[in-house]
Amino acid sequence: MTTTGEHTINITLKVWRQKGPQDKGRFETIPVQNVETHESFLEMLDQVNEKLTHEGKDPIAFDNDCREGICGMCGCVVDGIAHGPQKAMTLCQLHMRKFNDGDVIAIEPWRARAFKVIKDLMVDRSPLDKIIQAGGYVSVNTGSPQDANALPVPMEVAEKAMDAAACIGCGACVAACPNASAMLFVSAKVSQLALLPQGQPEAAQRAIAMVNTMDDLLFGNCSNHRVCEAVCPKEISIVNIARLNREFMKAGFASEAV
Amino acid sequence: MKWLTATLGSSIGKKLMMAATGLSFIGFLVVHLAGNLSIYAGADAFNSYAEHLHALGPLLGVAELGLLGLFLTHVLAGLILFWQNFQARPNRYAVNRNPGGKTIGSATMPYTGLLILLFIIFHLTNFSRFFVDQGGTTIYQIVSTSFQNPVYVGLYVLAMIIVALHVSHGFWSLFQTFGLNHPKYMPAINAGGLILSLVFGLGFGFLPIYLSFIA
Repeated sequence: MTTTGEHTINITLKVWRQKGPQDKGRFETIPVQNVETHESFLEMLDQVNEKLTHEGKDPIAFDNDCREGICGMCGCVVDGIAHGPQKAMTLCQLHMRKFNDGDVIAIEPWRARAFKVIKDLMVDRSPLDKIIQAGGYVSVNTGSPQDANALPVPMEVAEKAMDAAACIGCGACVAACPNASAMLFVSAKVSQLALLPQGQPEAAQRAIAMVNTMDDLLFGNCSNHRVCEAVCPKEISIVNIARLNREFMKAGFASEAV
Repeated sequence: MKWLTATLGSSIGKKLMMAATGLSFIGFLVVHLAGNLSIYAGADAFNSYAEHLHALGPLLGVAELGLLGLFLTHVLAGLILFWQNFQARPNRYAVNRNPGGKTIGSATMPYTGLLILLFIIFHLTNFSRFFVDQGGTTIYQIVSTSFQNPVYVGLYVLAMIIVALHVSHGFWSLFQTFGLNHPKYMPAINAGGLILSLVFGLGFGFLPIYLSFIA
């Protein structure tokens, strides 16, 4: 660890502290000395928590898991932007070199009526799981495996489906949306299956069930602000939302699903 | 009928109604502007445009009722969406920054919409045959007399800037809602929306200035 000061900064955190779902919550100001600029944002929080624990105080609760930007567990709103100032990056992959000495950094949890705060920066994102559950299953043939090329899928379509499937379900789109809408998430999940032949048999039912569940869980409505796509760590495009709209229209007006 | 109410009642369904009615209003504004441009051809041209319109008789009434229906749908669906969106985030963020995407047009959509609603009521009380006796005076006289008042000119120009803002987001947004977004043609739709909002803003907005200072 360097001690020259060349690669260390002093910052001040304004962290959202909330004891539980019923607590009103408040900001706590915590000065943090000697932050290595090579640290990730979550390592910086670890450092703070270590100090808080030594002092006998309650550490800051935050979600995280893989810390390599692929699991979708982490995420906070840093200085007003979901996952912080770096584009196409989860919070765990944001590094302190993006900040300057003397910065005051505000950290807030995802805020949406559908996401209840569990503690501090941790929110309950199970509504996203409920939407996935509502999506149901994909019919597959059992028995001996069929030939790999039996279902032709053009490369461009496979790529689009893959791009949609890159969604890690972190919830940043909901957090960033001015209306707390989950349309980008739902559109990615609907698209990844609707694009492929394997997803066709249940496509109509899936689009309707997922949209209805999204509405029931009190997410907001999409206003096409495009903020979701700007903060998405996997750069999911709103072209997927247009596809969801098409799938929903097809299902509503031209299928037997409703 | 459950399929229809369920589909239109959903979040996407309400957006579809906003998009369909919004597209109708864009069509209406194009026709309205084309008619109004006859002002530049002089009083006779404008009066004759109005006479031809009134000569449609009952058809005009049907068109007006149709417009009212579209209007109520747009306003009611918009208000419901606005209220639901407001409720979807009970605890606001202390720090707000735009990471990209949001425009002045998109951020102000419900507010410009409500201001346009107020303007339309004001506009109808100024010029429409329901509120103004058009028997003795020609429509050109009514309009040009109104715009001798600088307050009217200011209000109308301001209203047209608000309409331009509303269209700047509404136009591309309605295509997105209809599911028509592809990298192939979305840049053209975006450009079309920008041009259209400029055409509406300048086209309508310059008329009061022309009538009060030039004509």
